[in-house]
Amino acid sequence: MDFSLNTEQLEAQKMVREFCAKEVIPTIGEWDRKQEMNPAILPRMAELGILGISIPVRYGGQGFDYITLGLVCEELERADTTLRVVMSVHHGLNSQAILQWGTEEQKQRFLAPQARGEKYAAFCLTEPGAGSDVASMSATAIRKGDKYILNGEKMWISLATKAHHFLVVAKHDPNATPAHKGMSAFIVTSDMPGVTTGDIHGKLGVRAGSTGWVKFENVEVPIENRLGEEGEGFKIAMSCLDNGRYTVASGATGLIRACLEDSVKYAQERETFGKPIAHHQLIKQKIAYMRQWYDTAYLLCMRVGYLKNAGIRNTRETSLAKWYATDHSVKAALEAVQVFGAYGFSDEYPVERYLRNSKGAVIYEGTSEIHQLMQADYEFGFREDKPLRCEAPAYDPEFWQSEPEAIAGG
Amino acid sequence: MHVVVFTRSTPDTAAKVEVDGSGAVIWGNAATVVNPWDEYALEEAIVQAKNGGGKATVIALGGEMHNDALKHSLAMGLDEAIRIDDPELDPTDSLAYATAAAAAVNKIGDVDLVIFGKESVDVGTDQHTYMLARKLGWTMLSYVSKILEVDYAAKTIKVEKMYEQGKQVVTSKLPAVISVMKEINEPRYPSFIGIRKAGKATIPVWSLADLGASLPDKKVDVLAFNNPPTKDVVVEMIEGEPEEQAAKLVDKLLEEKVL
Ligand SMILES: Cc1cc2nc3c(=O)[nH]c(=O)nc-3n(C[C@H](O)[C@H](O)[C@H](O)COP(=O)(O)OP(=O)(O)OC[C@H]3O[C@@H](n4cnc5c(N)ncnc54)[C@H](O)[C@@H]3O)c2cc1C
Repeated sequence: MDFSLNTEQLEAQKMVREFCAKEVIPTIGEWDRKQEMNPAILPRMAELGILGISIPVRYGGQGFDYITLGLVCEELERADTTLRVVMSVHHGLNSQAILQWGTEEQKQRFLAPQARGEKYAAFCLTEPGAGSDVASMSATAIRKGDKYILNGEKMWISLATKAHHFLVVAKHDPNATPAHKGMSAFIVTSDMPGVTTGDIHGKLGVRAGSTGWVKFENVEVPIENRLGEEGEGFKIAMSCLDNGRYTVASGATGLIRACLEDSVKYAQERETFGKPIAHHQLIKQKIAYMRQWYDTAYLLCMRVGYLKNAGIRNTRETSLAKWYATDHSVKAALEAVQVFGAYGFSDEYPVERYLRNSKGAVIYEGTSEIHQLMQADYEFGFREDKPLRCEAPAYDPEFWQSEPEAIAGG
Repeated sequence: MHVVVFTRSTPDTAAKVEVDGSGAVIWGNAATVVNPWDEYALEEAIVQAKNGGGKATVIALGGEMHNDALKHSLAMGLDEAIRIDDPELDPTDSLAYATAAAAAVNKIGDVDLVIFGKESVDVGTDQHTYMLARKLGWTMLSYVSKILEVDYAAKTIKVEKMYEQGKQVVTSKLPAVISVMKEINEPRYPSFIGIRKAGKATIPVWSLADLGASLPDKKVDVLAFNNPPTKDVVVEMIEGEPEEQAAKLVDKLLEEKVL
């Protein structure tokens, strides 16, 4: 495994870093305080191609590899978690699922406009009464002729009020045993009659982003909007998480870096007992740990990026990276607040925002507890990954970067 | 029509640049960046070439380190990049730079406009821009903050130039050499597609022989670089309401005999 980044990866990283420095970091504190998403962010991410960075060019994307996707997420969350959340749901949980499971027609209809950033996409799994225990969900999608009638409420949905396309998991057979066999996945558009949305306020973190609810009341979903086969909903949802968790892990790595960089700077400026606090051993220790956590998280993410590029199943490695990086981003943020003392306790400096934002990521896309159970179950052999009907595509530069062949007469 | 823009890789402005024991200028492991002023020149070249329905070419003089600036330029959307490199050529010598650059512009042929950033941050000079204009026999329009009108068919250009005292609007014939200020535009980021194209591009290198250029005798010899003497700076924050602060500041300045 080669740890060096190629020119393309470095340049993409630099470009996103510059975008964040110029257009996000200067104002993000205000948006966070207002609990509003800067309306310029999504259109700008779309315009710059960030929303389709690792989707093949033929499907409207930029055709970059999975390592670049991780680097981009790291840069975005270095600035603010809400921008990386956009990538997790729009790119990871939704677009990559269509790339993996969608028919050619679905890719043209839904994936291409998403990758071009003309449409925003979200992922609806969690419900008011079902989070970690996915199979206990109550949303239903009952087949009626060539349609499914969708009913239910999804909760804690990132981009709920911004998305045009929702990937929704619901039960086509609420009585199936085991329950997860009765689940299917659907692409629902926000303009379908019966779809309503709203934002949740009073969140601890990701305040400059949209998190909300999506309600479906007798929504008629045409059969051609079903992703995968009937009964594949649970498998699809889990494969989505393999993609989403990688973006979360990479983002959390960026959050650790934010804590480290800001703490290093502050510790050299702030003086106590006649010297910069950087010269006190206990402060040094915090910095040393942050560096250890950053490098470890980064390397775990690189491994996942490498496995994804090679098309090798990575559920275990992704879960481990997500668990490690997010848990340590919380620790890093706690330490950063400590390094800043009372100033860390105030929103005059960004470290309190890092702390509030870090806490979400140990809850969504598998709580830290769920990841621990998964890791142990792999060790005991209680859990193994079976091949999927549609595996996540490996990164094939030739296919990903080429334009589709012109359609004769088209 | 054809626009040519010159650029170079310079140490990152955040890097600590110093003179080492052997007298060489070093900046540690810090990355190089496109000379920050050139970002505006590159952006303007892209815009002008697009508006004029022509092509924009970027040129750098010097060693391989300048490929980074050229690749960045391609990623931003420049059509072509060329590097001029020769063991005989010291691009920090302004006259040598201008001589080689003029030969390159002449070799390209149909150039209407040459654009520079205001100066190079590393060597802190813009002499080469004037020298190039002189070598080409073209008008030099420096410190341009806005291109107001340009007619490539009639070969005229009207620009706004900045001065410490204000602004000046001038018209000139084309071809011309211009140097641009930050006010002229908002440089774009490289695009992802551009990044990939740039990554795959091989940048041609022209030697002095390729250009048919011979360098004039050196007029300037750089004898040595020295670190500036370190200054002892004391920072003092003045507390209070703005009026109080102003009064205290004036007292201090009087005390220090600054006023
Ligand atoms: C900011 C934010 C954004 C989100 N975005 C989305 C989104 O876009 N789409 C979406 O579908 N969902 C989203 N979610 C929801 C998220 O995925 C769920 O909150 C998560 O899966 C946990 O579910 P829960 O909140 O219902 O907690 P619960 O499942 O009720 O868990 C409560 C606690 O019990 C623990 N626990 C549960 N089961 C076990 C067990 N077997 N053993 C040990 N401990 C256990 C959990 O770890 C947790 O600590 C988001 C959440 C947040 C906070």
